[in-house]
Amino acid sequence: MSIPEAAAIEVDARGLRCPLPVLRLAEELGRHPHGTPVLLLATDPAARTDVAAFCRMRRAELLTVDERPDGDDGPGHAAYLVRLSPSPPAPAASAPR
Amino acid sequence: MHPAARSTLEAAWRLGWADPRHRHAEGRQARRLLDQARAVIADGLGVRPDEVVLTSGGPAALRLGLHGLRYAARRTGQRVLASAVEQSTVLTTIRYAADRAGAPALAGVVPVDGQGRVDLEQWSAALAVEGTAVACLQHANGEVGTVQPLAAARAAARERGIPLLVDATASLGRLDPPTAGTDYDALAGDARSWGGPPGVGVLVLPAGTRWRRDGPPSELEGGRTDVEPVVPLVLAAAEAWLQTAATAAAEQAEARALVDRIRAGVAELPETEVVGDPVDRLPHVVTFSCLLADGETLLDELDRRGLAVGSGSACTSSTLEPSHVLAAMGALTHGNIRITLPLAAVAPDRSLGVDRLLEVLPDVLAGVRARVVRQ
Repeated sequence: MSIPEAAAIEVDARGLRCPLPVLRLAEELGRHPHGTPVLLLATDPAARTDVAAFCRMRRAELLTVDERPDGDDGPGHAAYLVRLSPSPPAPAASAPR
Repeated sequence: MHPAARSTLEAAWRLGWADPRHRHAEGRQARRLLDQARAVIADGLGVRPDEVVLTSGGPAALRLGLHGLRYAARRTGQRVLASAVEQSTVLTTIRYAADRAGAPALAGVVPVDGQGRVDLEQWSAALAVEGTAVACLQHANGEVGTVQPLAAARAAARERGIPLLVDATASLGRLDPPTAGTDYDALAGDARSWGGPPGVGVLVLPAGTRWRRDGPPSELEGGRTDVEPVVPLVLAAAEAWLQTAATAAAEQAEARALVDRIRAGVAELPETEVVGDPVDRLPHVVTFSCLLADGETLLDELDRRGLAVGSGSACTSSTLEPSHVLAAMGALTHGNIRITLPLAAVAPDRSLGVDRLLEVLPDVLAGVRARVVRQ
């Protein structure tokens, strides 16, 4: 599965501490149709586990994780490409509010 | 601390003040009391009194155990293995030694599964690495409660002649103790876990375990430490052991039922995960993670409703710093709350605290989430 990162909507959460990066990601995903990829940039190392856990709990897909070292665009961070499952989650008790 | 242990401690300051190495009457009395206390703890652990080394606390017992096992095996190598969810005392101690030796690989860290249980295949593979001298594994994880497969982990270590140090500092008094010779080669405990005072740890070194003190000769604790046991604290620890052991079955069942209620109540909350093994666990500990909520704010809000950390409350909760345990398990590291139920003897009204927690938690969580969204 290849989704060019350039095509994704970007959320820059660099410098924010968890849970804010995951929250920004959730907000952005909510603004677009299911299946739209969103690229989250985060410096908080806790995002490594939290984005994965978020995807598990929200039935989202973590498509790629790109570790980016210090460079021209600022200090080292990770870029997480996430999308909600293209089909909306099943209704009933297990659906998120 | 167990109330009976507190009374013992107060009385013991009067009776057991003397140096147990002196020959005068008070010294002999202190010696006799110390021997009795050691016998109580040894008996509870199913070992001989001379196999119990008293230390100044659980972390000190762990470090003493690690150092002596490694020193005794120094001709085999210097590498020490531990699971990724061991307490910081263990992980920082072995990483420090490895860094000082300029060889980070001397600290081997074995991954765990999503419940926090060590992966036995990887454990065996890590034991096979040349130069591995000591392995360290906890009995049960103090953050998420999961019990480790000690007998299997020890059997794998034994095949390679590697001693296993078991960290039981979270479990003694809460679960039946591990068995010498089946589950461990050395065991560390902390009196606080069974309702004793702070400042007392035990290191169990069964006969046959190759352990050697790296230091000048000492007359204390069979030559295995140079830190004197504080007799009144040890007496209080022994009293707490007796009291806790006498009610262990009922205590375990009651704590387990209360935690089951918390687990069931939390499972009803939206986007919240209870972490750790649901069955094979410490009876009194539960941790859960709430998606898109801030743990410290949750804790403050619970505190405002009388569910406070500290004395007078039935529940002791603590948020976790981005915890190495949760990260190793792949669990959410934000929005965490850990509930550690005190012993019933310490907090007789703890079930009311659980009622109250379950009553207020849905609103508290919804409020905190709403606030996070507005930020």
